[in-house]
Amino acid sequence: MTILGYRIPMMASLVVWCLVWEVLGRTGLIFILPPFSDVLAAAVQLVQTASWQSATVTTLRAFAIGMVLAILCGVPLGILMGRVKLADDLLGMWVNIFSSAPLSALVPVLMILFGFGEKTIIAAVFLFAIWIIVLDTRAGVRHISPSLMEMARSYGASQPALYGKIILWAALPEILAGIRLGLIRGVKGVVIGQLLVAIVGYGALFETFSRNFRMAEFWALTIILFAFAMLMAELIERVEAKVEYYAGARQ
Amino acid sequence: MGATALRNKPAPVSAPNDAIVEVRGICKTYGNVEALRGVDLDFPRGKLTSLLGPSGCGKTTLLKIIAGLIEADAGTVTIDGKPVKGPGPERAFVFQDFALMPWATVLRNVAFGLELRRRARAEREEIARRYIAQVGLAGFEDKYPHELSGGMRQRVGLARALSVDAEVLLLDEPFSAVDEQNRRKFQEDLIRLRTQENKTFIFVTHSIEEAVYISDRIVLLSPRPGRVSRIIEPEIDRSGDPDRIHRDKHYLDTVEEIWQGLKQYVE
Amino acid sequence: MATNIRLEGEAGGLALPLRRDAVGWQDRPILLRLISIALFAAIWEIAGLIPVSFAFPTFSDTLVAFFGLLADGSLPSAYLSTLQPLVVGVVLSAFLGVGIGTICGLSRTGEWLIVPVFIVLQSAPVAAFIPLVTFVYGIGMTAKVLAVMILALPVIVLNTYKAVRNVNGSLLSMCRSFLGTRWQSISKIILPDASPVIFAGLRLGVAAGFVGVVLAELLITPTGIGDVITFHRSRADYAEMYATIASIIALSTLTLVFLQWVEVRVFRPEKRGR
Repeated sequence: MTILGYRIPMMASLVVWCLVWEVLGRTGLIFILPPFSDVLAAAVQLVQTASWQSATVTTLRAFAIGMVLAILCGVPLGILMGRVKLADDLLGMWVNIFSSAPLSALVPVLMILFGFGEKTIIAAVFLFAIWIIVLDTRAGVRHISPSLMEMARSYGASQPALYGKIILWAALPEILAGIRLGLIRGVKGVVIGQLLVAIVGYGALFETFSRNFRMAEFWALTIILFAFAMLMAELIERVEAKVEYYAGARQ
Repeated sequence: MGATALRNKPAPVSAPNDAIVEVRGICKTYGNVEALRGVDLDFPRGKLTSLLGPSGCGKTTLLKIIAGLIEADAGTVTIDGKPVKGPGPERAFVFQDFALMPWATVLRNVAFGLELRRRARAEREEIARRYIAQVGLAGFEDKYPHELSGGMRQRVGLARALSVDAEVLLLDEPFSAVDEQNRRKFQEDLIRLRTQENKTFIFVTHSIEEAVYISDRIVLLSPRPGRVSRIIEPEIDRSGDPDRIHRDKHYLDTVEEIWQGLKQYVE
Repeated sequence: MATNIRLEGEAGGLALPLRRDAVGWQDRPILLRLISIALFAAIWEIAGLIPVSFAFPTFSDTLVAFFGLLADGSLPSAYLSTLQPLVVGVVLSAFLGVGIGTICGLSRTGEWLIVPVFIVLQSAPVAAFIPLVTFVYGIGMTAKVLAVMILALPVIVLNTYKAVRNVNGSLLSMCRSFLGTRWQSISKIILPDASPVIFAGLRLGVAAGFVGVVLAELLITPTGIGDVITFHRSRADYAEMYATIASIIALSTLTLVFLQWVEVRVFRPEKRGR
């Protein structure tokens, strides 16, 4: 969109929506929607409270542990599936199923297996994030050009060198794309997990705010969460752009 | 340029005023790249005129301006005296990448121009079948584009352009995505088709051989900015065996002559 | 911020039909698939026999529980109430999403104004909205339909938008050069050309809809499948609970496989030779 010859970035329209929100909130027609300025003020207040800070620490810790586990398990599994046909044949079906299944239905199972605490949240993050990482890694390994592999072999690369110096690097763009999508799903996992468990971290806060009708704080928390999700995706995208720089030249 | 074998002479057959398409003072700039500067050209009725030049000379841009698909920054194009404001029924375009609808059969693709003009189904299909046969695709009416070779797909594109019965056919490098053998066969067929259909052809190509082989007139464009550098009218007898043309001395001389002129633009 | 849109969404691996996994489990020989299922069942059975947890029933117990739930009618009636909001929500999202997406793809202003909202909704954990929905619409059918739509709409809008936006330009100028009107170019070129990607978006929308309805039933309205899960959890009937969860995952998988099959059957011929 251009106005008076200036190209206005697409995301700038979000500002327009915030203004609409402000106006709608001021009219007071929608009772769950306080003015945007109130929400911002509530957000400033909120981040200073001890309950928010401890909830954030809990949430971030669960998210980080779950993601690290998902990456540590997902990438090797994806490489295995990309390299070994039998593994691909046996596991491919399940990875595909779980990557698009309503995993939130599994959270109750996690709750009874891991208790109503942080472990369940970690498991939820892991479960939400891992499948897309496996799928993308597998696709990346599959797309490595055969001549690159033959080159490595013809120069006498050992198996560890083949994996460490060729496969991992050649598949890196796809692996990173998988991790980015995995992060987005992981954020959803942490939120869904906490909402269902309802006594941990942000889930508990959401529960308190909505039960006590504290709408400004509810929205403030939502915005913080959304901003975090977008920020994560954006950061990984930056790294991806760097990697794709050489990946684009590899064809 | 020392043209000895051929001169830039006015066409002896067609009267100078019998131009169906007149291009006057066309300029076009993309950003800071000047694609065309002050192009004046006449395209005689019933002739095949090629626009030939190295890449970047604006030949496709000129063709699309004539087609009304691109607007010029300055200048006018008239068809039979009427100024071009956009696409019109008297012109039909053949696309470099065929522009066939992958979800439609050959028959529907060929009839598509008439479908857009809201002609009755039976009528447009009858016309389409006739032209499908004429371009040598009889029996392929119900095939989909992906089932055809590149050469056959472009035949569909040509049949579509013929079926709307336009006076002027605009062909944008129609054979560049067709493999060599099919291209040669197609060129022969185009020469044959020209004698059957009394139409004006404007043909963009970057192949010197192709231009000399099929054209009545060749307009050479020079690049950056695109302007007309010369007009050549090869006098080649195209009756009889088409293969003979490739060995014709006049054909070979003309190709060589044009190459010598264009060489300076090739890095 | 992220102006280039990645379509991979909440649920479902691939947005554009041909990308990531043309693998699809349906390409594999039946035998391997059966072995794979058998292996999964065997591991489940062994894990249940050990047992890894008091709350981990064996595969055979779960299977028996599944047939028990089928026989006493609780599962069929639960599905009846779960599928209603799912179907309504997905159908509404399909119409609304394809409409919004088409407008965004056709109009620059619409694109500028609307697409960023859906990009945010796509990558943000919108599940947080579900408790809010209850606030406004109570715990009835409307709330569930809305939960489905919140999750399904973004992926449908973005896929449609992207498909319409990236329509084959050469076909468009072909249509224009043969005197097609704006409306003709939309109905005869843009929508048919975009339909494979739009359909892929609808498939992802269905996947997201399943997530939405399950979440709604677990979070806000104890009805349908969510109720069966919660009920059996509270009574510690773990086999029944696992059977219900497995059944909803199986149902969603079968639905998606079916949609993928339709996609391949209907849109395959034209995918070639592009």
